[in-house]
Amino acid sequence: MPDFLILMKSELLITLIIFTLLLFKLGKGLANEKILSLVQVLLLINVFVSAIGNTRGSIFGSLFVNSPLIGFQKTTLSLGVYLISLSFSGWFRKHAHLTEFFVLILSSLLGMYFLLSSGNLLMLYLSLELSTLPLTALANFELEKKKSSEAAMKLILSSAFSSGVLLFGISLFYGATGSLQFDIVGTSDVITGFPILALVFIFSAFAFKLSVVPFHLWTADVYEGSPLPVTAFLSVISKGTMAFVLLTLLFKVFSRYEAVWHWLLVAFSLATMIIGNLFAIRQHNIKRFLAFSSIAQVGFILVAMVGVPVTATTAVTYFILVYLFSNLAAFVVAGVLYDHAGIEDIKRLKGLRQSNPFLAWMLALALFSLAGIPPAAGFFGKIFLIGTGAYSGHVWFILIAALNMVVSLYYYLQIVKLMFMEDADHAMPELKTARSDRFTLIVCTAGILLGGVFSWIYDYIQRISI
Amino acid sequence: MNTPGLYHILFISTALFFIGVYGFFTRRNLITILMSIELILNSVCLNFIAFNKYVWPEKLDGVFFTLFIIAIAAAEAALAIAIIINLYRSHNTIDVNAAEEMKY
Repeated sequence: MPDFLILMKSELLITLIIFTLLLFKLGKGLANEKILSLVQVLLLINVFVSAIGNTRGSIFGSLFVNSPLIGFQKTTLSLGVYLISLSFSGWFRKHAHLTEFFVLILSSLLGMYFLLSSGNLLMLYLSLELSTLPLTALANFELEKKKSSEAAMKLILSSAFSSGVLLFGISLFYGATGSLQFDIVGTSDVITGFPILALVFIFSAFAFKLSVVPFHLWTADVYEGSPLPVTAFLSVISKGTMAFVLLTLLFKVFSRYEAVWHWLLVAFSLATMIIGNLFAIRQHNIKRFLAFSSIAQVGFILVAMVGVPVTATTAVTYFILVYLFSNLAAFVVAGVLYDHAGIEDIKRLKGLRQSNPFLAWMLALALFSLAGIPPAAGFFGKIFLIGTGAYSGHVWFILIAALNMVVSLYYYLQIVKLMFMEDADHAMPELKTARSDRFTLIVCTAGILLGGVFSWIYDYIQRISI
Repeated sequence: MNTPGLYHILFISTALFFIGVYGFFTRRNLITILMSIELILNSVCLNFIAFNKYVWPEKLDGVFFTLFIIAIAAAEAALAIAIIINLYRSHNTIDVNAAEEMKY
């Protein structure tokens, strides 16, 4: 088989799925149920295809690179999108333009695959646009809702601005080094200040995408306004990809300027953890709450990036896998609550255990994992992140990070307390959870509970990230 | 008259970039904000072409990058205008201050 068929297998498969959906759309069109099950089957195949047979190699003049680690990261993303397609069935069944929804979301996923595999700054820019532009259209997917169009407006403006900043940085970098290849620009000896300026610009562009404080202002509004599946995609898949890419950029492209970005990262991660936590405390809307809690989680991810390359890559990749399960479970429960009872306010979760014990337990487990309470995998994820950050030797920095974990415990447990300890103001009916939503929740719970117990997952990531 | 050198062009493109940034943060009309973003992208194009001509005349990466930027800027503008039109339908204005459904 030719090289590119093996190296680009997941990209080719996603393209194929997109074209299949487009063909169905061109014809008579299918009922939502049929499209949904078709997409689910194809995405499940995609998870397996991206999981097996990842070899190291590069094609097209190293525009496109692949390695077992990138393959693992792609598998994580594919798994996330598969779980999203399984859940939110209430929203999916109702929507009139389901095919377009999946075409857009898969285009964005394709962009993210290319982003992870890019070995060249041109490729990086193109795939970044491919991954963000469909997302802005998706944010506007509930056309008749005011909030949705506001969210899309904020998302497109901030992402266009951040890509402009990124491009300015890339142009300075090109001027200084004369190349766009990662391996060439990463090792060049330039004494001018251009690369440092470029580092600042490129880092702030990715800080925008990762919603690092002070570039986070769009996050809460976009999360609140977008439809729930899109919010889940934004906060789990998109955030994970950007974290992976930032790892590559810092450790490969800017490895020679570590003295500069070291303190940049320390400052940004402190600001992100503290502001994200403080704002999360005062949220009443569950989507906004999850937005700020995900900002705080990004702060913890940045803590790990201060450490040694291989350990940091391992810790972040492992954490994103765990974060995917825990955050997705929280979003699925929020989706069921919103679809069947119109609940968006956290206060209305009071006494959820009495009316819907299954949902309450699932949400509680997800929140335990997000907060980092021992049996859940989130605890191990956080331990590895903070342990990696400790390599930097700044004790005060690690101490503040640990104290922030305590603060986050407060607001996560607040919700658990509402659900379990208090009585409902109004009696809530038992909500009917669709079978596929139940399946997602159980898969996520299995991931949360077993992800921490099976240490070979971490060992495996460590082995492939060398 | 002297011919313009690299630093003249870099000065212009950097000025253009920051004019765009200033416009992005101060303007309240969505179309003007979009125009500011185009300014930013064009300053980047100028940068690439200048670097290609003065510093790396034997390479082509900068020119290709410029072509890609122009193509993607067009796609981005199309999408942004579609979103703005939809916003206009629901809010009857394209002032960003009117979009205040969601607040802290």
